[in-house]
Amino acid sequence: MSDAAPASEPLRRFLQVARGAGLRVSAAEGIDAARTVEIVGYHDRTILKDALGLVLAKTPDEKNLYDEAFELFFKRDEFADKGGSGESGDTDAAPSGDPFAPPTAGPGGEGMGGSGGQSLGQLLAGDDRAALATAMEQAARDANIETIRFFTQRNLYARRILDRMGLRQVEREIDAMRQGGTPESLSRAQFMEGRVEQLRDAVRDFVERNLILYARGETEKFREELLKSARLSNLERRDLDRMRVLVRQMAKRLAARYAQTRRVRLRGVLDTRRTIRRNMGWDGVPFVTVWKQKRIEKPRVMVLCDVSGSVAALSQFLLMFLYALNETMSDIRSFAFAGSLIEVSEILEKEPVEEAITKIMSLIGYGSSNYGNSFADFADGWMRYVTNKTTILILGDARGNRTDPRTEIMNELSLRSKRIIWMNPEYKSAWGTGDSDMYRYAPFCNVVTVCNTLRHLERVISDILEDAA
Amino acid sequence: MNDALPDGGVISLPSIDAVERGLGEAGYIANRQISTAIYMSHHLQKPILVEGPAGVGKTELAKSVSSWLKLPLIRMQCYEGLDEAKALYEWKYGKQLLYTQILKDKINSVIGEADGLTAALAKLHAFGDIFYSHEFLEPRPLLRALQQTHGAVLLIDEIDKSDQEFEAFLLEILSDYQVTIPEIGTVHAVTPPIVLLTSNSTRDLGDALKRRCLHLHIGFPDDKLEAKIIASRVPGIDDSLLKQLVSFAQQLRAMDLKKLPSVSETIDWAKVMMLLHTSVLDVDLVRDTLNVLLKFEADIEAAGKQLAAMTHKARQDGGVG
Repeated sequence: MSDAAPASEPLRRFLQVARGAGLRVSAAEGIDAARTVEIVGYHDRTILKDALGLVLAKTPDEKNLYDEAFELFFKRDEFADKGGSGESGDTDAAPSGDPFAPPTAGPGGEGMGGSGGQSLGQLLAGDDRAALATAMEQAARDANIETIRFFTQRNLYARRILDRMGLRQVEREIDAMRQGGTPESLSRAQFMEGRVEQLRDAVRDFVERNLILYARGETEKFREELLKSARLSNLERRDLDRMRVLVRQMAKRLAARYAQTRRVRLRGVLDTRRTIRRNMGWDGVPFVTVWKQKRIEKPRVMVLCDVSGSVAALSQFLLMFLYALNETMSDIRSFAFAGSLIEVSEILEKEPVEEAITKIMSLIGYGSSNYGNSFADFADGWMRYVTNKTTILILGDARGNRTDPRTEIMNELSLRSKRIIWMNPEYKSAWGTGDSDMYRYAPFCNVVTVCNTLRHLERVISDILEDAA
Repeated sequence: MNDALPDGGVISLPSIDAVERGLGEAGYIANRQISTAIYMSHHLQKPILVEGPAGVGKTELAKSVSSWLKLPLIRMQCYEGLDEAKALYEWKYGKQLLYTQILKDKINSVIGEADGLTAALAKLHAFGDIFYSHEFLEPRPLLRALQQTHGAVLLIDEIDKSDQEFEAFLLEILSDYQVTIPEIGTVHAVTPPIVLLTSNSTRDLGDALKRRCLHLHIGFPDDKLEAKIIASRVPGIDDSLLKQLVSFAQQLRAMDLKKLPSVSETIDWAKVMMLLHTSVLDVDLVRDTLNVLLKFEADIEAAGKQLAAMTHKARQDGGVG
């Protein structure tokens, strides 16, 4: 370990691990981490963990990620030390004194195939695990193990590491032994093969551990990106949980943005009337100034969500989103319809998400949709709540099974409301085909848009919130 | 490298253990993470952002630090619409107005018998103007914290309640311990204060703010720590009762409730039990006092069904059948 930069190299590696685990570590935080290490030192692992955690992990989620990354990092170094203690097996390693010590600190450090010292063959024959582990670390670093990102790259990296350790040479040696033909050299070859097999396992294990270390956050991110742009109806059950997290995140983000723009102070524009009023006590001498403010209306949203059989796969997600939206926006009323329409605001408010969705689906879902009928229900029950400040959001495919579309209700709605936004999960090419009444409804809507991925959904909702501003 | 860091004036925190002890003397039972945070905050000269559910002692931490180090506690409660006039400084308009009146009366002695407008103006310019100066400045919490000669503990409470613009405004003071007043210039801290921000996570704070702070998350304490905390806050409490109370509270926290009871509620409950001279929990008593622990009707209802079982377990844990 050089004296010039006592902390930088191991810390740099750890930061890389932390980033790989999905923590966002900025350069400034990296500097803080270095200063932290200077203050607390490496000797006490718990203190180091707590102290670095303060600097690097800034949300409860990140704390968990950080804890895992920290433990993993130690485990890896213990593995290297395990080699150092000359023990076989993975279980009984003594905890290392200095976990950040670079692996070259192990005894018999520079034993790497080809690079002077012993060859890999000799290492294997001598069963010098310390040297082997060190050689593996060295080779792994030469192979840029920290760039590993995907599960499928495991074999590639394992191969690279083995090559760099000089496996080819050993294989040639074994072949030569076989051709020697004497019983001794044959048994020797067999023995060596066994050793090579062990080495392969060790390397594969090592690569997998590194994959977890460096790439978990990346794969996760990649997967989330995929989910966001996948068609909602194509998603599988096992993605539901992750989807729910994404949906909630999105709803929270949107709500935060919307809360931010609710009131804008117009600095520098004096509200004369209110200033004079505020200062009447001082004979109208303006001690206290009052500035003009622009108040932004809360968006009043009514959401009509189709839960009929034709969009059943999708409506699960729409309801999920509706649920998240309900949590974050105060003035929202939700309706679900298929053959007829009911209000579901209360269910969404009171029940936990799973039960709410099941309950709604069992109440009204899966039937064949009748848009005209549903709109008539809406007009009977709730038309009087629609004002010129209301935004109406309709989620549905506009396929009314050849029933009367009742466009006159849509007409009335569009006259009364601020605007109507229709989100259709079908591609534009399918609109108007078969029993789709999309083009009959379209003239009454302010916006008609395709909406079948999470990304679409986010864009539309963010537009609503922004326009309300 | 430690000596390369500017040492924070009069206060010095030699070690993490010392912090833990000191906080203990001030009546705050800190776990290792909390004392590490205070220690690091002092040595890195960085504010701490404390997050966690309500009632786990976020604000109390700041109070204890201040009483332990004998530094003044300057508290700023955040709310929507808080602006720099309330947080940083305000001009003393009344006095400024009076000052101009005095100036008007004395204008002759300032300008003297100058001939012509140009000479009069020149004299006026030469006259030291104090209209915008420290004398007419009314310091608000942030400025006051910077002006304390021996340092201070600045508590910015519930930062998540303030507007996003205000958060941005805080960045300067958080990273450099200085504020800029347009009319006067930049005011630096005499001694950098210990800054604690608390948040209940009602909204996500900006990355810029988070980057400038150490992040400390205080969760619900485990049973041992909670027992210690209650014992220190409710002196004279019977040991067996204490164990029962803690066990009961911990069981409640394992339930799916709207608002979980936090330490402050357990302390209140312990006080109630002391007042009622209770030594053993029984179901009826728990039912009658449950509203101290749970603040929502729905929660009380949900917990009500399992009261008997939970009380029984609490009694076992407390060593009374």
